[in-house]
Amino acid sequence: MSTLTEAPPPLSPAAPEKKAPRKRGRWTPYWLLLPGILWLVVFFAAPMIYQASTSVQTGSLEEGYKVTWHFATYWDALTEYWPQFLRSVAYAASATVLCLLLGYPLAYLIAFRAGRWRNLIMILVIAPFFTSFLIRTLAWKTILADGGPVVGALNTLHVLDVTSWLGWTAGDRVLATPLAVVCGLTYNFLPFMILPLYTSLERIDGRLHEAAGDLYAKPSTVFRKVTFPLSMPGVVSGTLLTFIPATGDYVNASLLGSADTGMIGNVIQSQFLRVLDYPTAAALSFILMAAILAMVTFYIRRSGTEDLV
Amino acid sequence: MAFANWFKRHMVVIAGLLTLAYLLLPNVVVTVFSFNKPNGRFNYEWQQFSTDAWKDPCGVAGLCGSLSLSLQIALWATLGATALGTAIAFALVRYRFRVRGAINSLIFLPMAMPEVVMAASLLTLFLNMGAQLGFWTILIAHIMFCLSFVVTAVKARVMSMDPRLEQAAQDLYAGPFQTFVRVTLPIAAPGIAAGALLAFALSFDDFIITNFNAGSTVTFPMFVWGSAQRGTPVQINVVGTAMFVVAVLFVLFSMIVGNRRNRRKA
Repeated sequence: MSTLTEAPPPLSPAAPEKKAPRKRGRWTPYWLLLPGILWLVVFFAAPMIYQASTSVQTGSLEEGYKVTWHFATYWDALTEYWPQFLRSVAYAASATVLCLLLGYPLAYLIAFRAGRWRNLIMILVIAPFFTSFLIRTLAWKTILADGGPVVGALNTLHVLDVTSWLGWTAGDRVLATPLAVVCGLTYNFLPFMILPLYTSLERIDGRLHEAAGDLYAKPSTVFRKVTFPLSMPGVVSGTLLTFIPATGDYVNASLLGSADTGMIGNVIQSQFLRVLDYPTAAALSFILMAAILAMVTFYIRRSGTEDLV
Repeated sequence: MAFANWFKRHMVVIAGLLTLAYLLLPNVVVTVFSFNKPNGRFNYEWQQFSTDAWKDPCGVAGLCGSLSLSLQIALWATLGATALGTAIAFALVRYRFRVRGAINSLIFLPMAMPEVVMAASLLTLFLNMGAQLGFWTILIAHIMFCLSFVVTAVKARVMSMDPRLEQAAQDLYAGPFQTFVRVTLPIAAPGIAAGALLAFALSFDDFIITNFNAGSTVTFPMFVWGSAQRGTPVQINVVGTAMFVVAVLFVLFSMIVGNRRNRRKA
């Protein structure tokens, strides 16, 4: 249990660097790998290939589908659903930025300031994982309800006037607007930001802060020049862990949004499960995957931490 | 001025606690509304205090059935993913072999893929194979997406193990099997437990992949999803509250046990 909540203990300097490869049984590693890897190949990799072939098929449910290399499906899907694609990226990016802004202080608090409260706060961050996220997302309907305290307060402070003007909310409502969807996404993926941030903050040697202070750095400078750069691995993996699932999510957009806030996940879901147009659905999910892989690769290159996985 | 200084010094703590409040607010609402007596089909507005739902948590058709189905699936998925994942983790940490890089990417990809993509592609496969959607397809899917998380958790633990402990055991004439059972496994156990716990939570809570591959079978998250359209019974909040309390108690308990064990060692 403790490894779930704490960072894996760093190798002590006394531990030998590289273990010599064991000689016992040349085939042992392959036997150990076989069942699990087979499972992933059959139920993860092969379906991806299947999906790729489905996306270039034509036909109908009644007559069956045939591979006809009909790439126009991709073009049609893109021209018809580009707003949902854009919205998914915009919502997921906003939620990721919000998660970083909200999560960093909490991760910092747990790592450096919590003292004996550290374990308790950690439990409170993790425990919601074990409660159904659908139930918690539904709770946001109550929190953001029309005429509820949140909407009332935002109205009194005239925040809603500004957000409505920006198109984030609509009139006196927060529910069924982009703001509600982004709020739900931020909430749902916040722990995925906090945990990696905490892990990398916790590894920072506290003496570095003291040293910076001794060299007359102001607290803000210490943060900018020492703490934040050293927490970059956490920032990178945290943003990936929030951005990727948030882009594909359709639960928040369905429960807290409206028809105008549909994300690409909603389209894929309805094409697959309701419209039963498999080629279009497969093409959409393939485009989503490719787009995410491209963005992630670019991001990892830029941030220069390729060894984070 | 004094206040401004105080605020400046404690800014991080205040911001952190506000985030914590944001994280826990829905749990508070779920708990409070488990004592509500709603007026109509939806439990979104506070009406009146009542403990009816707590007295009769199974009073809604289908709720407890879906709950027990989810528990069964989570249990089997945990067992399957933990067994397969632990074997992979040991192979990856302990041996050098040719396809290591490819296998590492194959482990990493499911965690980096949006769930909806995996769900959709798996459904394509099942439809093409003509598989009957239900318990088995859900279980297959859950083992698939839990596997990578187990591997990561176990790998972290096994990597930080001192191999000299095992060498010492073998110097003391322990056979390979004895070394594994008496030395390796106990040291790796916390990592395996963490992986298993993570797999259980992931499987129990999964909605997106299950929704695609369940056919007409209804797991607990799917029951909640359906009730969001048809009307949410208060019992859902009861289950949500109970799950939160059980999770907190469980984690507290395991931390106390862990602390005590550490102290005994020290």
